[in-house]
Amino acid sequence: MHTPIPSTSVDTELEVQLFGQPLTHGTLPRWAPFATLAAAIVVGIVLDDIGLAIGVAAVAAVAFYAATIYLWSRTVEGHRKAKDRVLTTVVTSAFLLALLPLVSMVITVVQNGIQRLDTEFLSFSMRSIVGEGGGAYHAILGTLIITGLAALISVPIGMLCAIYLVEYGGGKLAKAITFFVDVMTGIPSIVAGLFAYALFALLFGPGVRMGIMGAIALSVLMIPIVVRSTEEMLKLVPNELREAAYALAVPKWRMITKVVLPTALAGIATGVTLAIARIIGETAPLLITVGITTGVNMNPFDGRMSALPVFSYYEYIRTGIHTAASQDRAWTAALILIIIVMLLNLAARLISRLFAPKTRA
Amino acid sequence: MAKRIEVSDLNIYYDKFLAVQGVSMTIEPRAVTALIGPSGCGKSTFLRSLNRMHELVPKARVEGKIAMDGQDLYGPNVDPVVVRRHIGMVFQRPNPFPTMSIYDNVAAGLRLNATRMKRAELDDLVERALRAANLWQEVSDRLNKPGSGLSGGQQQRLCIARAIAVQPDVLLMDEPCSALDPISTQKIEDLINELKTEYTIVIVTHNMQQAARVSDTTGFFNLKGVGEAGQLVELDETTKIFSTPTNQATEDYISGRFG
Repeated sequence: MHTPIPSTSVDTELEVQLFGQPLTHGTLPRWAPFATLAAAIVVGIVLDDIGLAIGVAAVAAVAFYAATIYLWSRTVEGHRKAKDRVLTTVVTSAFLLALLPLVSMVITVVQNGIQRLDTEFLSFSMRSIVGEGGGAYHAILGTLIITGLAALISVPIGMLCAIYLVEYGGGKLAKAITFFVDVMTGIPSIVAGLFAYALFALLFGPGVRMGIMGAIALSVLMIPIVVRSTEEMLKLVPNELREAAYALAVPKWRMITKVVLPTALAGIATGVTLAIARIIGETAPLLITVGITTGVNMNPFDGRMSALPVFSYYEYIRTGIHTAASQDRAWTAALILIIIVMLLNLAARLISRLFAPKTRA
Repeated sequence: MAKRIEVSDLNIYYDKFLAVQGVSMTIEPRAVTALIGPSGCGKSTFLRSLNRMHELVPKARVEGKIAMDGQDLYGPNVDPVVVRRHIGMVFQRPNPFPTMSIYDNVAAGLRLNATRMKRAELDDLVERALRAANLWQEVSDRLNKPGSGLSGGQQQRLCIARAIAVQPDVLLMDEPCSALDPISTQKIEDLINELKTEYTIVIVTHNMQQAARVSDTTGFFNLKGVGEAGQLVELDETTKIFSTPTNQATEDYISGRFG
């Protein structure tokens, strides 16, 4: 054990001689970043006042902050610490920049949508409504039914496909499936809608509109996401558990259903929920396949239905003469959609916590 | 219970690579057979071929004959699942099922095989397996807690309990103590001594003192040469292997001159 030498009693030159490099160096006061930030904000405001666009002023303020903190830190703390501070600035700015559109969007939607978020909106359809009033009851139901059906189709297919890929596949077929699943994750949603429309037009003739068509179009988008996330989760299951099951003379299918799936369940459930959250806001495929209607239609096998994204879209572009009332409804529908997605995300977190393998006794 | 295994002219392949060549040996029932040898010489591969775990590796295959009390384990109509039902295995790293409780882990072999059983019967079996694995006293008050919450040594004994709960004839152990501290190792070695009255035990170990302590027969595996297949160099009573081995390579290995 070395006895630590109190740094005050040894001058730096001696330290350099003894240990090569000093262990201590100057440090900026803790308020330094905040003071610089305050100065940068003032600079930004001044630049904005003298006529620069707000975006340009913000960029200039960030640049001012980075330059000031770098020079200050360099003179006091040395170049390593200075670089560290600049990189911290870059990372933080990138984070704020990424957050900006999200926060802005949420604020806008809440501001515009909150007025009509009332019981009438949640319990009335648009049947024989002209002008003010009315609601999106039919569209909420439609969205839930269509998305539910899509999940019902996609989750078993996607999960079984992933199980095949991870537990059984390995040859050329598995490679081909993986490749096409990757391609499918990238197809534009409108193409999925056209596929479903074309399929049903062949069966029932052109001009057909049904909820199930929308569900199938959404499935085309959802299956690859479910396959991908399930596959990743199954790959995370340690091979040792499979071997342990085999060594207990467990048949393969039972090993998969009783050992592999329960171990990966938390991740799979999260993946599925996020996949639902991803497709619930799709507009284009539903526009083609499901259309829009003013009244409640709970039968996905018969005629047009309403869904929140399509409802919102039509209320916004086909305002009629009561523009304000119609646009308010569009915003509120968007707000409800965001709330549903948020709830789904919360549900995903809850599910992953509930199903996660417990390690603590 | 406790069956004799006869291996004759066994060649084990990974695709085209010959990993183990020409092994012939008899594994006696109600005794412990230890397999020692340097890393990569095919001990574990050989062990895994005894209960047909080897073929789980894609393109892995076996030539030759392994017979358990005269029955060919690699015969044309033999179901590997049934083979593993008779020959259990404990792995190097403790691997309890993370989603299951201690109780369910021990019962896993029975439940996953869809053996219908009354609750009381199952309770009894679980208790017996845990007692046999010297774990009962430590966990009897928390059978419904997750198995992964136990210490490493307890987890390994839990895995042994899980393996013997299905009442196999043979127990294969692949370096069961290499991830454990000396005290847990001691407990497992005591356990092996108790278990050998009922089971045929084959243990792979890198610890020669352990082989000397627990086994009745010891087999020394070594590579024929660099990049060549592993082979069984010598198989004899443990006392003889560790005092007067016939083969020079065996003597070099156990005296620590190489490996």
